[in-house]
Amino acid sequence: MSASAPSMKERQAALKGLGTSRKRVEDARFTQGKGNYVDDIKLPGMLYGDFVRSQHAHAYVKSIDTSAALALPGVVAVLTAKDLEPLNLHWMPTLAGDKQMVLADGKVLFQGQEVAFVVAESRYIAADAIDLVQVEYEELPVLVDPFKAELPDAPVLREDIADAKEGAHGPRRHPNHIFTWEMGEKEATESILASAPVVAEEMVYYHRTHPCPLETCGSVASMDKVNGKLTLYGTFQAPHVVRTVASLLSGIAEHNIRVVSPDIGGGFGNKVGVYPGYVCSIVASIVTGLPVKWVEDRMENLMSTAFARDYWMQGKIAATEDGKILGLWCHTTADHGAFDACADPTKFPAGFMNICTGSYDIGTAYLAVDGIYTNKAPGGVAYRCSFRVTEAAYFIERMIEVLAIKLNMDAAELRLKNFIRKDQFPYHSALGWEYDSGDYHTAWNKALEAVNYKELRTEQAAKVEAFKAGETRQLMGIGLCHFTEIVGAGPVKNCDILGMGMFDSCEIRIHPTGSAIARLGTISQGQGHATTFAQILASEIGISADDITIEEGDTDTAPYGLGTYGSRSTPVAGAATAMAGRKIRAKAQMIAAYLLEVHDNDVEWEVDRFVVKGAPERFKTMQEIAYASYNQAIPGVEPGLEAVSYYDPPNMTYPFGAYICVMDIDVDTGTSSIRQFYALDDCGTRINPMIIEGQVHGGLTEALAIALGQEIAYDELGNVKTGTLMDFFIPTAWETPNYTTDYTETPSPHHPIGAKGVGESPNVGGVPCFSNAINDAFRPFGLTQTRMPHDHWRIWQTANKLGLHG
Amino acid sequence: MTTTTINLNVNGKSVETTIEPRELLIHVLRDRLDITGPHIGCETSHCGACTVDIDGRSVKACTLFAVQAQGSEITTIEGLGDPDKLHVLQEQFKEHHGLQCGFCTPGMITRAHRLLQENPNPSEEDVRFGIAGNLCRCTGYQNIVKAVLAAAREINGATDKDATRETAA
Ligand code: FES
Ligand code: FES
Repeated sequence: MSASAPSMKERQAALKGLGTSRKRVEDARFTQGKGNYVDDIKLPGMLYGDFVRSQHAHAYVKSIDTSAALALPGVVAVLTAKDLEPLNLHWMPTLAGDKQMVLADGKVLFQGQEVAFVVAESRYIAADAIDLVQVEYEELPVLVDPFKAELPDAPVLREDIADAKEGAHGPRRHPNHIFTWEMGEKEATESILASAPVVAEEMVYYHRTHPCPLETCGSVASMDKVNGKLTLYGTFQAPHVVRTVASLLSGIAEHNIRVVSPDIGGGFGNKVGVYPGYVCSIVASIVTGLPVKWVEDRMENLMSTAFARDYWMQGKIAATEDGKILGLWCHTTADHGAFDACADPTKFPAGFMNICTGSYDIGTAYLAVDGIYTNKAPGGVAYRCSFRVTEAAYFIERMIEVLAIKLNMDAAELRLKNFIRKDQFPYHSALGWEYDSGDYHTAWNKALEAVNYKELRTEQAAKVEAFKAGETRQLMGIGLCHFTEIVGAGPVKNCDILGMGMFDSCEIRIHPTGSAIARLGTISQGQGHATTFAQILASEIGISADDITIEEGDTDTAPYGLGTYGSRSTPVAGAATAMAGRKIRAKAQMIAAYLLEVHDNDVEWEVDRFVVKGAPERFKTMQEIAYASYNQAIPGVEPGLEAVSYYDPPNMTYPFGAYICVMDIDVDTGTSSIRQFYALDDCGTRINPMIIEGQVHGGLTEALAIALGQEIAYDELGNVKTGTLMDFFIPTAWETPNYTTDYTETPSPHHPIGAKGVGESPNVGGVPCFSNAINDAFRPFGLTQTRMPHDHWRIWQTANKLGLHG
Repeated sequence: MTTTTINLNVNGKSVETTIEPRELLIHVLRDRLDITGPHIGCETSHCGACTVDIDGRSVKACTLFAVQAQGSEITTIEGLGDPDKLHVLQEQFKEHHGLQCGFCTPGMITRAHRLLQENPNPSEEDVRFGIAGNLCRCTGYQNIVKAVLAAAREINGATDKDATRETAA
């Protein structure tokens, strides 16, 4: 080797592979305003669609008169359920095995429901025309409280299935009841509760909220009648699934449909489902023969597309007097709105709520979830979360606090006492999961030390004394949370969406000059896939990440995949990428051996090349191998260097983290301010630390929003009270603190590169942490539980109820 | 519907366009002039995705009729920097990972650009307050604030080394 040849370390660094804080390749385009989002798409002759929506939460639709709208110049068509019925598109299947109206078929079931679709030459004309559509309603009694759904005088919402005794997830006991899902051992848990020395009980409510990405949902459908092809652009977190669904619904053969997810302005679960707007834009394009764009406005987004949470979790937790947890019981009432459109894997009607034993070694547990219809928008998506994991984490992390109060024990110590130990992994939880790896004690102790936990408690106690002495009107809350996530759905044997197994895929082509393109079945919505997937591949195949193009989102070119949500891209598509890379390497090894005139087993991989064992000066770089694969005949080896992998993960991955938050609360105004937030995340192997940190900042800020004010609230008539960004809280730079991030690294034993995924951890762990801080501040005054979201008004009320206002 | 003709100077170019008086500036920019950098996140003045610069002030283009901008000079994200030489804010947003999905980014950078004209030496608090009209759902702002502070330093002639030292932590 000549003296000027780069060292192994330099070669390694040049790859910009795993572990590098590589700058994002997406940014040049985005910072210059050259992103291509769905509303940026403009096709020749394009028409605009807009919805007439119901102002009532529950009413019969007596008649719809479209004549005045149709008479308006520039209006091309007005679609109602009657127009969709002959195509069998007035209803559509939901991801949860239910069905949902595309346009109101005889009645409306929530405020903001789609009633008619106006198609016009401009967005302004479409908006004018929706006011001209005359809809006659007959109002019906409204059901907003899920606990009243089965009372004798409750109105029946879903008259279409009122008599169905069986739903998609088993027996139904009432027309407003969707399913009951049970896990674990009921009797054993109840007998532990009956005999345990200590039992703490609480109703934990995780309120209804909304993912609210900055870009709303939208689509552009373009039916080319000449060659029979439909192109559908849209805000799709799962473009391949959308293609299959579009084919099944429309009858257009799947090869004649091309679905494209362009740049997506944030998803957070909002863009997983299929919405009436998508269907109507397709139908309108088929009817008019012209491209049709539909983009919802912010109010429509908040009112009608995919809410999240709304779980009432009744909990009981049993322990010994010294704090060893013996059993956990949970009954959840899940408000699913008017149609069961939760975006969960088919066999999990309440998602992965059965991860609710959290980070703790709890031998016996029982969970039941009742799904209930109400006059609210459908949805129940995983808002920056893996299928109800946020609800589960909030539940257990509140129950731990409640138990600590009952035991008069420090909540940090109670956690330490009950964590699953490192030597217990793989750990089988009482509710059916196999946790892959973890080291909770190390993470927790590191976190406590980092924030000087003991000193914080001393300071807090002094503050309480000062408050009692009338020296201050401020209290201090210390929020603790240790969460365990379950992400990377998932093994095809138990995870599917609409029957499609939840594998994912990657296809790689190495070009003759040694650069590459890889296409995946996922789609980035800001996670930086074009940057990070190239890094995974760079480490596998020895080509610099800068020389690898990543493409996603076009179903005509990308291999089939189930998309991006539930933090599944890294665990599943990331694994597919590594596996496809390994296939490339296996073929490259044969080519290298041939070129070096040695046996296949006599060469070994070294960063970016195969070297002859024991003769490091004899090697072939991946670049040389790629060229050879195209330019010379190699006996027994096909030309070219390509590979594809469809990866079915053997298990989920279980990222975890330890978060601690310190808040100061003003008792008289109810305002809270975050003094400190420490977030330790363990997401296994770290692909790009810069991007991980960015994900943590973003997820924590969404958690802050949810915990401290963000809510989709309804009044008793089913009116949405928080339908604009005036009322729906999104923190600005002003309210948002600086976060301190930290990590431990416990690789997943079953993932090819040990990565677990991180995008959702901060939301899963952040919400309980913020909420626990608020609750903790009032613990010295006898509070066990106060309800989210903890806005200033609710905090003030809490203080007031505790008699702190004198 | 009556129409009217307006003249604007957009990113240094004079344009004349015939519009309805009720058209919002954001729609005229995006749909008629194909300037799609400024985005629509709410149309109710809350999110700032549509922020442009009009005659030296930050304006939410969803809340202005285009006719109100008659005769004005408008700068959008497309008018800051170019592919061969990015604006220092664009560079620093890349450098400090100040964006994820990129949807808020054009409005955010356009606003930050004006903020640095108004206050060339902002403190962290000034930056946080100064961009509070622009929402971001992805980043949690921490890296945006870092990027804006780093850009201010660079504009003021501090070396890169100072910037890295001060924004580490
Ligand atoms: S679109 Fe103008 S402020 Fe949101
Ligand atoms: S980067 Fe997505 S909204 Fe700011």
